[in-house]
Amino acid sequence: MFWPALQGFWLALTNWDGLSAPRFVGFGNFGDMVSDPIFRTALKNTAIWLVLFGGLSVIGGFGMALLLQRERRGVGIYRAALFTPVVFSLVVTALIWRVFYQPDGLVDTVFRSVGLGNFVRPWLADPDTALYAVIVPALWRQIGYVMVLYLAGLKAVDPALYEAAKVDGASAWQRTRYVTIPQLKGVNSVVLSVIVIDSLRSFDIVWSMTRGGPYHSSELLSTYMYSTAFQSTQLGYASAIAVVIFVLALAVILGYLIRAFREES
Amino acid sequence: MIRRVGYHVAMSVVSFLWVAPILWVIVISFRSFDDVAANGLGSLPHSFTFSTYKSAWEDADEFRALINSLLVTIPAVLLSLGLASIAAYGLARYNLPFRRTILLLMLMGNLLPPQILLIPISRFVELIGYYDTLIALIAVHVGFGLGFYTFVLHGFMRDLPREIQEAATIDGAGPGKIYSAVILPLTRPALAALGALSFTWIFNDLLWSITVIRSGEKMPVTPALLGLQGLFVSSWNVIAAGTVIAAVPTVAVFLRFQKHFVGGLAIGAVK
Repeated sequence: MFWPALQGFWLALTNWDGLSAPRFVGFGNFGDMVSDPIFRTALKNTAIWLVLFGGLSVIGGFGMALLLQRERRGVGIYRAALFTPVVFSLVVTALIWRVFYQPDGLVDTVFRSVGLGNFVRPWLADPDTALYAVIVPALWRQIGYVMVLYLAGLKAVDPALYEAAKVDGASAWQRTRYVTIPQLKGVNSVVLSVIVIDSLRSFDIVWSMTRGGPYHSSELLSTYMYSTAFQSTQLGYASAIAVVIFVLALAVILGYLIRAFREES
Repeated sequence: MIRRVGYHVAMSVVSFLWVAPILWVIVISFRSFDDVAANGLGSLPHSFTFSTYKSAWEDADEFRALINSLLVTIPAVLLSLGLASIAAYGLARYNLPFRRTILLLMLMGNLLPPQILLIPISRFVELIGYYDTLIALIAVHVGFGLGFYTFVLHGFMRDLPREIQEAATIDGAGPGKIYSAVILPLTRPALAALGALSFTWIFNDLLWSITVIRSGEKMPVTPALLGLQGLFVSSWNVIAAGTVIAAVPTVAVFLRFQKHFVGGLAIGAVK
């Protein structure tokens, strides 16, 4: 497991087409990235992805968990409905939504029927909308997952705390803000790591919907890395992109851990 | 009262919107090609046919792809859980040196983004002559899952009372016997949860399949579904049928192990 990872780091410092022997180029690959416009798009898109996909799935998942935390009639059905997409593979998810986005598909029909016909466009084939058209199905699947994590966390919160807050006259919003959220610190760190890692390795959904296109407009670092490695066989350069992904994941997670650690001491 | 009705109405609408895409694709999968061509994908169905499923199953050979998927998924799940439970047993019940370090390393391996391993592993698999075989895919999944499963099972086994093990030792049971007759049966809930989870993870994998496997007839169903798009360009009803077929096994596992499944996802969160 770690041996191949080390090999990956070594390859990042080489120029390798997979046929001849790897040639050592030092940090040349990383220098090339700076002037590679596709890499810059992919980096920017990955950042957008992290903020939109990560942020909205936490907000959505947490909101849904708050709404569905109390055991009462019907809640089981609502939870199951939100959770169903999680069991699908991302390829299945992608195809379901591709059917939607087709010209004259349901999305277009709905837009036309509410009088927004002017906005109709080839959602996945338009460079302006492709990335966002891919984020929607990714969110559709992730929100249910995050919801389950938060539901488990909410269950572990001591009900006596709410009672105490209620007696003290705290409103529902204050109880959420000052009791629930601080109590969920542990879950938050798990959710954050899950989200960051999921965002950085998001590959399946983009690959199945657009392959990073059109004109690299929905390219993420992970898809760019894959196509550089296995379609244009620049293995050294691809390894260097993989190292960037690795460092980003590590930085975000370590940053969070250090902050959480400081707050504790 | 009004608030409660409002809550249920709102949640019903949200739930319906959430499953609507799935229902819509199922509806499309039963529509005939002429119907789709004449009325568009956004219209209500005017026809009913099974021929789409026949095309996906036979012409696109999803049958074989499903078999491939099961040939990979089932051994990979059994093997990785078996090995992980042995490792977790050793780490949780015996005072092995460096056990915390080993556990941490295993978990860290799981946090690595797979991209860093893609090229080295694909080259390695090629080097030892297992490129384009299902065995290579099984090995990759076992290697990848092992760390996380060991971590979870370790946490679970550690919480089992010490006395059970002591009693079994007094009765003359060796480590192997304790593992198989005492610890393993007690770990069943965790194993079921991880089994259900890992089944869907491995079954749903795309990245490793397209990295390690090349030939179409060896592709598991998840990547094969992508090929379907190329084969039936714009026959969205057939693609919808293929999508439904590919989703059935994980939905079946989910429904069968629903409690374990959700519990399994939660294990990580509370730990």
